[in-house]
Amino acid sequence: MKKLLAVVLALVMVLSFAACGDKPSAGSNGATLKVGLICLHDENSTYDKNFIDAFKAACEAAGLVEGESYFIKTNTPEGAECKEAALDLVDQGCTVVFADSFGHEPYMIEAAKECPDVQFCHATGTKAHTENLANYHNAFASIYEGRYLAGVAAGLKLNEMIENGDITEETAKIGYIGAFPYAEVKSGYTAFFLGARSACPSATMEVTFTNQWYDETLEKESAQKLVADKCVLISQHADSYGAPTACEDAKIPNVSYNGSTEAQCPETFIVSSKINWEPYFELCIKAAKEGKEIPTDYVGTVDTESVLLTELGAKAPAKGTADKLAEVKAGLSDGSIKVFDTNNFTVTRFDDTYNQYKKDAIKVDENGKVLEYLADVDDAGDYVGETNVIVDGVFVESGSDMRSAPYFDLDIDGITIAK
Amino acid sequence: MLGFHVVKRSKDATPWWIAWLIRIGAILLGALVCALVTVVLTGKDPIYVFTTMVNGAFGTERKLWSLLQGIAMLLCVSLAVTPAFKMKFWNIGAEGQALMGGLAAAACMMFIGESLPNWLMLLVMVVTSMLAGAIWAVIPALFKARWNTNETLFTLMMNYIAIQIVSYFICVYATGGSGKIDVINASSHIGWMPSIGGKAYLLNVIIVLALTVFMYVYLKYSKHGYEIAVVGESENTAKYIGIDVRKVIIRTMIISGLLCGLAGFLLVSGADHTISRDTIAGRGFTAIMVSWLAKFNPIVMILTSFLLVFFEKGSGQVSQICGLNASFSDVITGIIIFFIIGSEFFINFKIMKNEKEGK
Repeated sequence: MKKLLAVVLALVMVLSFAACGDKPSAGSNGATLKVGLICLHDENSTYDKNFIDAFKAACEAAGLVEGESYFIKTNTPEGAECKEAALDLVDQGCTVVFADSFGHEPYMIEAAKECPDVQFCHATGTKAHTENLANYHNAFASIYEGRYLAGVAAGLKLNEMIENGDITEETAKIGYIGAFPYAEVKSGYTAFFLGARSACPSATMEVTFTNQWYDETLEKESAQKLVADKCVLISQHADSYGAPTACEDAKIPNVSYNGSTEAQCPETFIVSSKINWEPYFELCIKAAKEGKEIPTDYVGTVDTESVLLTELGAKAPAKGTADKLAEVKAGLSDGSIKVFDTNNFTVTRFDDTYNQYKKDAIKVDENGKVLEYLADVDDAGDYVGETNVIVDGVFVESGSDMRSAPYFDLDIDGITIAK
Repeated sequence: MLGFHVVKRSKDATPWWIAWLIRIGAILLGALVCALVTVVLTGKDPIYVFTTMVNGAFGTERKLWSLLQGIAMLLCVSLAVTPAFKMKFWNIGAEGQALMGGLAAAACMMFIGESLPNWLMLLVMVVTSMLAGAIWAVIPALFKARWNTNETLFTLMMNYIAIQIVSYFICVYATGGSGKIDVINASSHIGWMPSIGGKAYLLNVIIVLALTVFMYVYLKYSKHGYEIAVVGESENTAKYIGIDVRKVIIRTMIISGLLCGLAGFLLVSGADHTISRDTIAGRGFTAIMVSWLAKFNPIVMILTSFLLVFFEKGSGQVSQICGLNASFSDVITGIIIFFIIGSEFFINFKIMKNEKEGK
């Protein structure tokens, strides 16, 4: 019985603790703005680091202080923990909560339903335009333009290698490590390939998937396997330093993503494209301060500086790369270059690996030029396309009138997928 | 030469209050080390760190509920492993057993859908989850009873099989692009535990509380409980007084599995509303600590699970306020667990000064 008494006393103690915990001030009227960011991993992931750096910069520019008026939750899995993290940030007094990973979306929506007074902004998500929640928003950037530019730099490098006699036109094969075979990744590598082929017409590409967003060993091994498959230049869309460091070891030029890997790979780093999230964070913080609405679907572009190229590497890039990139960038900016112009690619393969289940959604002419394509823009989970996205001969990759996240998921000719 | 040696304490030589003094001392010492680590990492003073921890666990009504839910879930798994442990059947497969329960619940939510009223749906889910957990637990028990296999290795390996099975079904069921199962029935709420008075976790807490009382009575006052205790003390004694040891092992593991399955159900239906490889989040292993530290007493287990969950939630808050990595929480919990386990050494052994040389 004594033990029982002790337990009861302990419980009383616990509950009295609870009673004296201070309550958060209700609402944010007059109080300083507080914002929070939920990250899938931490700074060791290039993807999350890109968000964290931009978030810190935007918050500090707005006069917010870490731990007081802005908070970052790292290593938050894509599960119920995300909702818990979001609600915890609301408890902390945050009125704008961001999350950085695709799989966070359903839990951000759950949190948004529970807290209608708080704005929930989710990067890379697809559901804001169909969910009809006033306080839930998606954002992305036309990163395919950045990938296209990075691809041009890769193409120029291939040309240089051909001129030097290191490779021939026929062996100008690029390797690409993608995380998952879905639209965000496909759109990225297709744009990269189109950029490379615009500079080096004989280029081909082999893609391999890791089915992980962050797996350093696997990404490294995938890069080594591509090198063994005679790929002479490698790029990746996965979040660790695995692929770039494997390239450095093998002395294979590398086009990176999410940020410069010049420090890790001084011999082989060409250039990296990245999404700059700072303009979006600034826009949301400003909107929250002024009580304005945050757009349901935000697409940053080259012009908003949401899509950036890092500085070129010191050693690896081909001569004249900087000038050519400036020229192509101007073309993207004024609209004279469209990345997904249907004159620039063909689609002819329809089987279990290439364009599976897409035969009924697409219309192509006898050469494989795409005339019409119904894409699954509403992402209702049915995988059935409902929106024709070929407008004036161009695949409209994303847009605030469609949705911010990519839906380009065709397998174009010239790109092979490794088994 | 060392000036001391270690001696095993005889079984009855350590009065319960000394044992508890050692345990409380260890926890305080652990807390001190945690405070030290935190102060070194953050540069904040220890009082601030401690109030932040308390705030993180109790600071708001939602946090309090989240704490209670955390305790309830850890306690539920701990209750599940306790009868097996008391029998000295080292069931370290609670993670897998609970995961199978969770998978069964999630599958019901996805495939039975709206054809049943919610109360019946929940009933079906409870039954299938508990059965799934029981099946996962009874397999190693049958092997143990029939061929005397090593239950520790067997139950451990069953965890990995369960995790792989869940991974497989996630691949098969996942509709989104991220390779994860989304919130199930997000709009219809079919198969979601109802909230009572707006409190989503209240029902979970009540169920686990009732289960705690049941388990206390079952182990202490029932014939089954007595048989479990005897088998645990000595199988030969049990055989001598006519207890069917095989039957007791299998029956107890079924109970263990049923309750693990229930924990999986409560996590999926009452909190997460989805299934992933991490749904159980290591509770199957932490439960071993909770149960063992409480000397298999279900009532004391409330306290031990509170302790672990408090440190987890509290250190989570510290890491956030001080801009530390989320892994900080794991570091703190690790230190506390290290001290708790270490304390058992000093309960079972004592350190004696060496007597004079040349005795």
